[in-house]
Amino acid sequence: MILEMLQSPFMQRALLAALLVGIIAPAVGIYLVQRRQALMGDGIGHVAMTGVGLGFLTSTNPVWMATLVSVLGAVLMELIRIYGRTRGDIALAMLFYGGMAGGVLLIELSDGGSVAKLTTYLFGSLSTVSDADVLAIVLLAAFVVLVSLGLRRQLFAVSQDEEFARVTGLPVRALNLLIAVTAAVTVSVAMRVVGLLLVSALMVVPVAAAQQISRSFKATYALAVAIGVVVALAGTTTSYFQEVPPGATIVMLAIAVFVVLTALATPLARRRAKALENGGANEEACTAPMPGTRRPGDDVRV
Amino acid sequence: MSSEPVISVRGARATLGSRPVLRGIDLTVRQGEVVALLGANGSGKSTAVRSVIGQVPLTDGRIDLFGTELRRFRQWSRVGYVPQRTTAASGVPATVREVVASGRLSRARFGLPSRADRTAVQHAIELVGLADRAKDSVSALSGGQHQRVLIARALAAEPELLIMDEPMAGVDLASQEVLAATLREQVAAGTTVLLVLHELGPLEPLIDRAVVLRDGCVVHDGPPPEAVGQHALPGHDHVHPHAADEPLRTGLLT
Repeated sequence: MILEMLQSPFMQRALLAALLVGIIAPAVGIYLVQRRQALMGDGIGHVAMTGVGLGFLTSTNPVWMATLVSVLGAVLMELIRIYGRTRGDIALAMLFYGGMAGGVLLIELSDGGSVAKLTTYLFGSLSTVSDADVLAIVLLAAFVVLVSLGLRRQLFAVSQDEEFARVTGLPVRALNLLIAVTAAVTVSVAMRVVGLLLVSALMVVPVAAAQQISRSFKATYALAVAIGVVVALAGTTTSYFQEVPPGATIVMLAIAVFVVLTALATPLARRRAKALENGGANEEACTAPMPGTRRPGDDVRV
Repeated sequence: MSSEPVISVRGARATLGSRPVLRGIDLTVRQGEVVALLGANGSGKSTAVRSVIGQVPLTDGRIDLFGTELRRFRQWSRVGYVPQRTTAASGVPATVREVVASGRLSRARFGLPSRADRTAVQHAIELVGLADRAKDSVSALSGGQHQRVLIARALAAEPELLIMDEPMAGVDLASQEVLAATLREQVAAGTTVLLVLHELGPLEPLIDRAVVLRDGCVVHDGPPPEAVGQHALPGHDHVHPHAADEPLRTGLLT
């Protein structure tokens, strides 16, 4: 049965796309979570809708057009964050809703598209992934992996403490823009698999799940990518056998992993503490006597 | 010890919003000196150090680091910076070693860390007495230990100049002693130090010179005042209401 699935060309494309998205979404999301901008992916997703609309209107591949527009949107968001003199959140809200409305308008104006077609981008539709889409996804994913893994020490430093990173002489502004661009590219790639509305979930939930039980950045990174790959492949496979949308299945599976790891976190921490104790680090319990207390005398004068 | 100025600030003015925070500050720190910047909240001492490292733009005046104008200064590995923070943690878990290692980026900006980089990171962790916690998540540390991590991060680059913004804020006595000992070693090795302090505390014997700010102006530049805290700042009347023969008590009842 599994073999039969692997032989179908459209499932091959779907599984490859899901695998790549499972890798790159958490690999970028971890920096967003570290900077406490977990919802940025969601914002970029809204902006990407205008790109999809433009793609239909100009009859170009919506993946490439969405990439272009969401990169521009992400850079704009980063610039607002850097130079923002007005209220940052208001400016971002304008960008998000403008992006969504723009997408709906443009797609209705185009000949080939309709709002019904937009749904495949909103919620993901693996069965309609074409060979051209796969090529775009592979190229974009390669770029994301290169940045996220190759510059991990620099991106870690910038996301950990921006001011300190500036004083080490790192090109902080360029690295911030790079994170924004990489996140935008990831959104465009993930769009076909989980859909724009659920993209942010695959960027954030595996990271949130991993950090329930991890102590280091390295372990969080590795575990988050592993969770991302497992849920993406499992969700896609499930949607082949059952009549369920892959995007929503993937996200529900990721949340299930989060719940399980959260439940495991407390007993795990207890076992670690016990192992440390048995290692002889702090075997003695509190045996120190209470220090003597001073009693108030009667010599108070005012 | 030579007297080449490591930090030279001339007539520095800066505003935050529309409020002038620095109103023409002069400050010179020579090689090997330990200078404390003192003053009440809002006196501009944090802004002063942040302008020295280029984080607050000046509206007027000039700053030189190691004889190079700040705008053209690129040798950031000579500077170790400890920002004013209550935590070294961020949104994702990270170990003490991972955070401290990011301080080494000023020397090895891109490319893989060498053996020398790893040794320097380990040494910096040992200097602040956290060797046994190196693999622990920073979020599992106490407030004082967070501060020690931030200082180790600055020391990882083996800097010639340490700039610290209130390193003793919210730090328990035990950690204060560790920090003072760490600093003593650095100073003995010839490191120049500029630090913002609220009170001198256990660092007092190390301080060569104190610069006191008030309302964005330097009001004292010389030997450290004897007891610094709010009571010793200029303009504060120092009155002892106790009679000489009465027992001095510091408990609740006095």
